[in-house]
Amino acid sequence: MVGPGAAPLENANPLVYRRSGERPVTAREEDDELPDSIDDREIFDLIRSINDPEHPLTLEELNVVEQVRVKVNDAESTVVVEFTPTIPHCSMATLIGLSIKVKLIRSLPERFKMDVHITPGTHASEHAVNKQLADKERVAAALENSHLLEVVNQCLSARS
Amino acid sequence: MKEALVLQSRVAAHPEARCWFLAWSPNGNLIASCGGDRAVRVWGRDGTEGGQLEACRAVLSDGHQRTVRRVAWSPCGSYLASASFDATTCIWKRCQDGFECVTTLEGHENEVKSVAWAPSGSLLATCSRDKSVWVWEVDEEEEYECVSVLNSHTQDVKHVVWHPNQELLASASYDDTVKLYHEEEDDWVCCATLEGHESTVWSIAFDGSGQRLASCSDDKTVRIWQCYKPGNEEGVTCSGNDPTWKCVCNLSGYHSRTIYDVSWCRLTGALATACGDDAIRVFEESTSSSSPQQQPTFSLTAHVARAHTQDVNCVAWNPKEPGLLASCSDDGEMAFWKYQQPELC
Repeated sequence: MVGPGAAPLENANPLVYRRSGERPVTAREEDDELPDSIDDREIFDLIRSINDPEHPLTLEELNVVEQVRVKVNDAESTVVVEFTPTIPHCSMATLIGLSIKVKLIRSLPERFKMDVHITPGTHASEHAVNKQLADKERVAAALENSHLLEVVNQCLSARS
Repeated sequence: MKEALVLQSRVAAHPEARCWFLAWSPNGNLIASCGGDRAVRVWGRDGTEGGQLEACRAVLSDGHQRTVRRVAWSPCGSYLASASFDATTCIWKRCQDGFECVTTLEGHENEVKSVAWAPSGSLLATCSRDKSVWVWEVDEEEEYECVSVLNSHTQDVKHVVWHPNQELLASASYDDTVKLYHEEEDDWVCCATLEGHESTVWSIAFDGSGQRLASCSDDKTVRIWQCYKPGNEEGVTCSGNDPTWKCVCNLSGYHSRTIYDVSWCRLTGALATACGDDAIRVFEESTSSSSPQQQPTFSLTAHVARAHTQDVNCVAWNPKEPGLLASCSDDGEMAFWKYQQPELC
């Protein structure tokens, strides 16, 4: 897990995708009397504006995250997010996955089990990255590392 | 079946953080907890007969700069060791009004994940994310000296435990294996590698006899390994004088997420697991098995689905009181359970 350095960009000219529109709020959601469960779109809204570590673009604009790759089951308190690195040798894959994970940990109720992994077949070190992201002990240790936490927070901070 | 494990009490052991691990003192009267708040707490009964272990006796908060991952009592009960993400292990000595840090063991390159005392009390093992296992010797002046650095694992080492009565050490790793070590001609060597798990091995536990070892993993299985000495009747091949450890049972299909800990009760033989699906499960060996040595069968005798509100990180059987189980969780709580052994068919 390393932050972006002064090295040349790995993927200098990424494809940029159109952002999705604002989510329309339904009448049911505005009714405080009705239980309001967390859905895929809500999770997607939490992660789509995360910044890419090396481009001035969001994960949504780079198609790293897509709503169809978010699966939430509110009743069972599970969230599964698949993300797609822009290139198969992307060295930022773990950092991107960690940023998604941290955003979800900070935003969702503690009952949720979050699984963040690479879209199958889209990264050369898919298994190793997935294993590291799934290891909560290593994630906990990484988040006690102030340098790494600063890099993650930069990815998570909203651009002005 | 659910009534086999009955909740006795819950304690907010580390309310601001994750509670990572629990360790009973050898006499079973105290329990130490540790967690993400960098503290170790020692809990004891409130004085009344059969009282709950809810009284906090000591807070050890000035030893570590980062998470305390595991704690271990010395066999005499006078010392407590704490392993921390700050790359050190502290040794605490019981004194009149609590605990005093007497030594800090340094040397690991990064997070120390586990610490364990040998049954003699004169050796200590630590392991780390730096992939190594260190064996430390304690002399009569309470000086600690590293006597061996074992680099057999290829990844982060998660857990170390000692055999119940021999100087045989076991370690579990992110490289999916369990390794065993013993002393040979004044040096510590790896004498066995147990392969079979398909992901990180989080924890290991010997049974009371030391002839078997249980391991639990991110692959959602618990495996039971049996020791076969050279010349064994079963005809299991051994290389040289080293025994062979063979997987004789694979408990698969019971856990829905990572299994973080396993505890094998030395008094009753019951095997408890701590799982990332918030549940605690207990297994017992079925006595009806036709060849129990070669192919033991274990059955699920208790399952509490929502034992905690988040991942269960640790389960620990009390060493003196049969059936008293402690557990702790990411929710910061510690819970005590009474296990009633059901009649096995």
